[in-house]
Amino acid sequence: MLGAARRQLGSGPMLGQVLRRLRPPAAEAARAYSAAAKEMTVREALNSALDEEMSADPSVFLMGEEVGEYQGAYKISKGLLDKYGPDRVLDTPITEAGFTGIAVGAAYQGLRPVVEFMTFNFSMQAIDHIINSAAKSNYMSAGQISVPIVFRGPNGAAAGVGAQHSQCYAAWYAHVPGLKVLAPYSAEDARGLLKAAIRDPDPVVFLENELLYGESFPISAEVLDSSFSLPIGKAKIEREGKDVTITAYSKMVGFALQAAEILSKEGISAEVINLRSIRPLDRAAINASVRKTNRLVTIEESFPQHGIGAEICMSVVEESFEYLDAPVERIAGADVPMPYAANLERMAVPQVDDIVRAAKRACYRAVPMAATA
Amino acid sequence: MAPWLARASSQLARRAARRLLSAPPPSQHRLCPPGPWLLSSAPPVLGTSPLPAAGSGDSRGFCSVRRFTGESSAAAAAAVEEAENGLVAVGGDQAVDFPGGKVSFVAEMNFLPESQKERINCYRVLDDDGRTISGSRFQEVSKELALKMYSEMVTLQVMDTIFFEAQRQGRISFYITSHGEEAINIASAAALTIDDIVLPQYREPGVLLWRGFTLQEFANQCFGNKLDNGKGRQMPIHYGSNRLNYFTVSSPIATQLPHAVGAAYSLKMDKKDACAVTYVGDGGTSEGDFHAALNFAAVMEAPVIFFCRNNGWAISTPTSEQFRSDGAVIRGQAYGMRSIRVDGNDALAVYTAVHAAREMAIKEGRPILVEALTYRVGHHSTSDDSTKYRPVDEIEHWRTARDPISRYRKWVQGNGWWCDADESELRNNVRQELLKAIQVAERMPKPPLAELFTDVYDEIPSNLREQERLLRDTIKKHPADYPADVHI
Repeated sequence: MLGAARRQLGSGPMLGQVLRRLRPPAAEAARAYSAAAKEMTVREALNSALDEEMSADPSVFLMGEEVGEYQGAYKISKGLLDKYGPDRVLDTPITEAGFTGIAVGAAYQGLRPVVEFMTFNFSMQAIDHIINSAAKSNYMSAGQISVPIVFRGPNGAAAGVGAQHSQCYAAWYAHVPGLKVLAPYSAEDARGLLKAAIRDPDPVVFLENELLYGESFPISAEVLDSSFSLPIGKAKIEREGKDVTITAYSKMVGFALQAAEILSKEGISAEVINLRSIRPLDRAAINASVRKTNRLVTIEESFPQHGIGAEICMSVVEESFEYLDAPVERIAGADVPMPYAANLERMAVPQVDDIVRAAKRACYRAVPMAATA
Repeated sequence: MAPWLARASSQLARRAARRLLSAPPPSQHRLCPPGPWLLSSAPPVLGTSPLPAAGSGDSRGFCSVRRFTGESSAAAAAAVEEAENGLVAVGGDQAVDFPGGKVSFVAEMNFLPESQKERINCYRVLDDDGRTISGSRFQEVSKELALKMYSEMVTLQVMDTIFFEAQRQGRISFYITSHGEEAINIASAAALTIDDIVLPQYREPGVLLWRGFTLQEFANQCFGNKLDNGKGRQMPIHYGSNRLNYFTVSSPIATQLPHAVGAAYSLKMDKKDACAVTYVGDGGTSEGDFHAALNFAAVMEAPVIFFCRNNGWAISTPTSEQFRSDGAVIRGQAYGMRSIRVDGNDALAVYTAVHAAREMAIKEGRPILVEALTYRVGHHSTSDDSTKYRPVDEIEHWRTARDPISRYRKWVQGNGWWCDADESELRNNVRQELLKAIQVAERMPKPPLAELFTDVYDEIPSNLREQERLLRDTIKKHPADYPADVHI
């Protein structure tokens, strides 16, 4: 279904606009929420979190390309320029290395910058400042220079935008001590984690997903409260189960939930863990779940080698090896730069079926090859 | 009209339309629709007004006039006011109001030359013999200040010599001297206040010295002992001090430049009576960060001084292989920034230039670029032997005939403020103090094991606590296999 939706888009779509239209219908259908519950899109969640934190703390400011007048390439900063003025919502020249370095300097000096990358792919032009300056300064200065900064923006595969707009950088940043790396899935995640990131004294890489911006999620009054935030380093059990553990982050959480729904009809009870925090990684939650289900499937959109799945697998091997009843299954993106053509693109990222099949393999259920097409 | 030009002008027109909202909408009967955005002098055709979206309700525009309130925005606002008139006759030629100001059209095709006929001149106060050049104007220096500057320059020189020797003796792993750049170090620091934030490269320890970092503190850092401000985490010369507003040295070249702009922006937001000052070598000006920092600083109107120490050599690369511009100073103008070239071996010139730069940066909210001409008399670092790539005579010439310390001493002595006896007493005292500092630093225990894990994050995360516990357990089990100098 997702593939079909993508194909309708035709070629060369404008990123922001098209992707807002692209709400994977499958993901919507898979959730059965009460119609009465209040809903919020991930975009609104991010926007309100930014707004509230800027309102609460005058040292918080937003900078990046197009964040002000244009209100963000994906409209995450909508209304903020009008509300907080050009000193706190800064449109910058097009130099990632420049504005990232400047934001790091501002953080050194006590401000709390939120840096928006139009996509995390472009953060590659600024990675020296993120790794060598932001991540290491507190340690190198022996705690004299703290760097309370948030790097945020869309990460991972979008749709029809090719290799240089579609990479997931979770493993890249999660590799580095000194950084914290968060990846929200739902509106609740987006609000709670972004607020936590902005309040955190350490540098945080905040990986959003373009395809989730327009998705709506039910949201409670507690989450809407301006004091709400989520703990960094804690995963969330999105769905309880007893037969197999599925770990995922960002958009793949939605896929894992859909897979769990399908699996339940076949008598397999899958537990879905939304990692929320990639670094620190909630190893305790993962291992506790695996000790209960004895089976593990890891899902990530990024490349397999040295990835998040590899790290989770190692953690389980180190801590819970004797509990495993089956080899760990790793579902990841294909080990190639993202192709543009819709058919190939679909093949290059995990699909719900892939997760279902992997879970069945882990549970020693027969998976007829014909059914995999 | 070339297609790109047409595209550009229609884009500009759209933006202009939004910007000119406050002006009356263009009349359909007007013979000459507002045409400043059409880069052509051909008479416009009726009905092709390039202002299709006037009245769209969006008053924000291309120039974001409201964004900054400095001089430049006033100029931009003036340009907007006049934009309606369209093409303007200027001395028989025509001009266009282009974002940024009026541009004249000329019939002659002229490429800008690659350089000016003469190189940008260099501000100097003292001649080679330490006498003030007639007609030179400089910031007055009291006797007390003059002597403090002199003694700190000498201290820096002696410190460099002794630490360099300590490295050669294998007592520390690495060192970088500032030989030949003592005037830059001390005089620029003297022109600042302690509230000004310094983001150094690595050849400015004199700034820290001036601010009160003790010789013992320098030694503790170089030996990486437990009293080191940096808990022994950084290689020698990567000093840093919160107390003295001196950021920890960053090894990658030029990263400190955008950091300084950010720090300056922070000072500006807090309305502090202070600026950020950052240093870079001639080689560092080739980094992308140099461009980003200068461009952003100009656009953000950040109170920051970029101090380029043009010492001729980036390790083995001479400036002739580094850039073809007239040094760094010329580039300020391209970024819309005031800049000055100063004799970096003339303490009074450096002091005066930085003093004035600071005033402008803070009072007018603007960045300033200072390029000091000097010479790296020492090797790049202790890992370098510069005689392999540059003539020894050249080094000797700068070390003796152009030495900034002796030149300044002549001036101080000429004022009757200093004598040979003072000189030997000073040098002797500094030497004794340093040797003692080195002995103390060397005997001081190294940082304890716990410090391996602190400051990675504000709070130690559980995985690091676990690693620390495992390490302690293992050391306890196999004490003989672990070095005795790690305090557990």
